[in-house]
Amino acid sequence: MTKGVDVDLENVWIRFGDFVAVREANVNIKGGEFFSFLGPSGCGKTTILRSVSGFLEPSEGTVRIGGRDMTGIGPNKRPTALIFQNLALFPLMKIWENITFSMEVKGASKAERRKRADELLEMIALPDQGEKLPSELSGGQKQRVAIARALCAEPDVLLLDEPLSALDLKLRQHMRTELREIQQRVGITFIYITHDQGEALTMSDNVAVMRAGVVDQIGSGHTVYNDPATPFVASFVGENNVFRGKVKSIDGDMALISTNRTGELLARIATTAQGTLKVGDPAMLFVRPEALNIAPDITPAPNRFAAMVKHEEFEGQIYNVFLEGSEGKEIKMSLVNIGTERQSAEGMNLTLEYVPEQAVVLPAGELASE
Amino acid sequence: MKTNNILLKFILGAYLVVFFGYLLGPLVVMSITAFNSPSFPKLTPWECLTFEWFDVLAHDERILNGIENSFVIGIGTVILSVIMGLAGALLLTQIWPKLRATYYTIVIAPILIPGVVLGISTLVFWDRMSIMLGMSSGGILHNGIFLTILGQSTFIASYCMLVFIARLQRFDTGLTEAALDLGATQVQAFRKILLPFMKPAIGSAAVLAFLASFENYNTTTFTFGKYPTLTIELAQKVRYGINPSISALAFIIIALTILGALAHEIYRRRQQLALANGAPVAAVSGGFQLPKFFRGNPAAIILVLLALGGASTIWFAQSYSPNACKMDVREQKQLLQQERIKAIREKRQLEQQQKQHQGPDVFSGSKSGSPATQSPGKGAFGNVFAPGNLDKSGPAAKPDEPAKSPGKGAFGDVFSPKNLDQAAPKED
Ligand SMILES: Nc1ncnc2c1ncn2[C@@H]1O[C@H](COP(=O)(O)OP(=O)(O)OP(=O)(O)O)[C@@H](O)[C@H]1O
Ligand SMILES: [Mg+2]
Repeated sequence: MTKGVDVDLENVWIRFGDFVAVREANVNIKGGEFFSFLGPSGCGKTTILRSVSGFLEPSEGTVRIGGRDMTGIGPNKRPTALIFQNLALFPLMKIWENITFSMEVKGASKAERRKRADELLEMIALPDQGEKLPSELSGGQKQRVAIARALCAEPDVLLLDEPLSALDLKLRQHMRTELREIQQRVGITFIYITHDQGEALTMSDNVAVMRAGVVDQIGSGHTVYNDPATPFVASFVGENNVFRGKVKSIDGDMALISTNRTGELLARIATTAQGTLKVGDPAMLFVRPEALNIAPDITPAPNRFAAMVKHEEFEGQIYNVFLEGSEGKEIKMSLVNIGTERQSAEGMNLTLEYVPEQAVVLPAGELASE
Repeated sequence: MKTNNILLKFILGAYLVVFFGYLLGPLVVMSITAFNSPSFPKLTPWECLTFEWFDVLAHDERILNGIENSFVIGIGTVILSVIMGLAGALLLTQIWPKLRATYYTIVIAPILIPGVVLGISTLVFWDRMSIMLGMSSGGILHNGIFLTILGQSTFIASYCMLVFIARLQRFDTGLTEAALDLGATQVQAFRKILLPFMKPAIGSAAVLAFLASFENYNTTTFTFGKYPTLTIELAQKVRYGINPSISALAFIIIALTILGALAHEIYRRRQQLALANGAPVAAVSGGFQLPKFFRGNPAAIILVLLALGGASTIWFAQSYSPNACKMDVREQKQLLQQERIKAIREKRQLEQQQKQHQGPDVFSGSKSGSPATQSPGKGAFGNVFAPGNLDKSGPAAKPDEPAKSPGKGAFGDVFSPKNLDQAAPKED
């Protein structure tokens, strides 16, 4: 198999008439990496992918694949293969013909194609299904055929546009691991698009989080989750309790925020905001539900606040507690089920606490709408 | 409520009978006249079952030539219209969206323009072209087949385009993109992805184009030149009187249409079954599927019966000879004529007798009330000369006749030119 190559977007703008679908995207994807674009529906993920595969030219900026400027090079000349959002298997061709289409157009003999098709069918665990038509396969099987068809073209870069979105949860989880395995086996660059943050975090080496045409943050799943660059990323990736307020004081990388409804709270300033955030700036403080805990006593502290239990949801491994803070502020807390008796009950007044280093402060900004 | 329902059902049934009678009646009548022996297509005095009109048709040079021209022109039109229609439909999907409505209106316009106008304009345009290009009047631009194909294709291509647009609307352009993405050139993507998808539509459009071309008259009538098509020949024939060989042609066309429809229906059903079962078509083409196909479709049963009827008719035609029947009919006709001649003779005798007697008044008052006095109309002769009456009509009745029969009809029948002609030679 070919070794994966780098894909670089340099200052890429894509416009449809007056509408800006992608704004100043700068992304460097390293060869052999599993890279995800994560963002809500309509934020421009597919548009970026289409500019990489060659179906549309950026209005401004350049796309490079393996260091080569791709401007003016058509999709059939690029070393990419795209797995479409709806798979786009050829309905009138048999499975084996679908898989080896890329060889057929290059004039490979039928015997050659059959042989390769059998190898690939073996790889995607669908042996002896080559004679069927796409309509005769299940959703997950079609999925795998689409992957095999793309891999058969021996691309340097495989582009996947939400290929799992049509599958049910169980199959989706299964296909995630399978995709990751395939990627590690063939070693080529995977660019994966999803609006499911769980999917992005579990599979990717690096994630780009997009909001309305803008790439907000690029980093490993760990970084994006723990050290978000914008309020949008903080609220879109995973769940977060948001406290709005103003910066009261700054001490190193820690900031004290006087929140609108919950008093003064302390948290770490996000890496991107360090040095730029000043006293008096409007700010947002994010605390993840799993970072919250029930305090052992009710002594006030800048990492503690009071709330009343409204209801609970038991999920086995954890249980989610929904609380109401002062002035009706909604708060969610996730407690690990360690087998002891429940520490809370409906209507109970609790004091919650968190480790200040586990909460983040960011300059106020746009949140992801739920 | 219940009686209401029954009434409704009855009305619906009656309506259906009338409706289908209206639709199919003329076709049935025409088909039947193809098998009747009189030399004008007639249904009612059924004389003899005959197949001679098929023979006549098979030896009619002009009709055969017309059919040949129609086929050549039909095939040419199919090729030109399908290609133009497909190109037009593809362009519609590619064109700048704001222009789409305008473009659509323009390419659909030929359907709305009267065929006569298209015919004239084709003729005039290509005549000008040929003059501009300095070609002789015998050149290709004046060739009837060339002009007719062009003239018909102007609007038949639009029909084809509509068929293609309908199919294209269901095409997922993602498939073409997928092909390109996998390294296919534009041409390969077209040939391997879009064309196979369009195949059923191309088939339908070709059939539609051929039928439209075959039956076209109003455009062709201006462009055919030295190559009259079947419709042109038929129209010219009708002007000089027709014989049932035209019915025979109609019968053949109807039979072919029915067979074609039947074949298509069987094919379609199989496809449907294959789709429903999710199995390849080959798996359901076994014989056991046929009953299922009939169960769902009474029309198919009727079609099959018609086809069987047609086949048995053909077989019958091989062994049956209408000559005996024709002889019978001829004899009957001769008998009838002889009777008429007899009647005429007797009448003349009567007239002569009258002249000799010069006294019809004596007899007119008699109360013997012969049938002739009571029925003055057309029937006068019929009654008087009916075999029964003839025997009885004694001399007493004879003078009565001419005086009392005022109806023109009595003589009208006898002296109608036709009868006279036939009667004349026999009299000698
Ligand atoms: N051909 C086009 N013409 C005009 N606008 C377009 C076109 N293609 C996409 N857009 C717009 O660009 C924006 C981004 O579209 P895109 O398909 O990239 O979204 P996406 O992130 O892939 O969303 P989803 O997750 O729903 O697939 C959308 O607002 C869309 O309306
Ligand atoms: Mg998309």
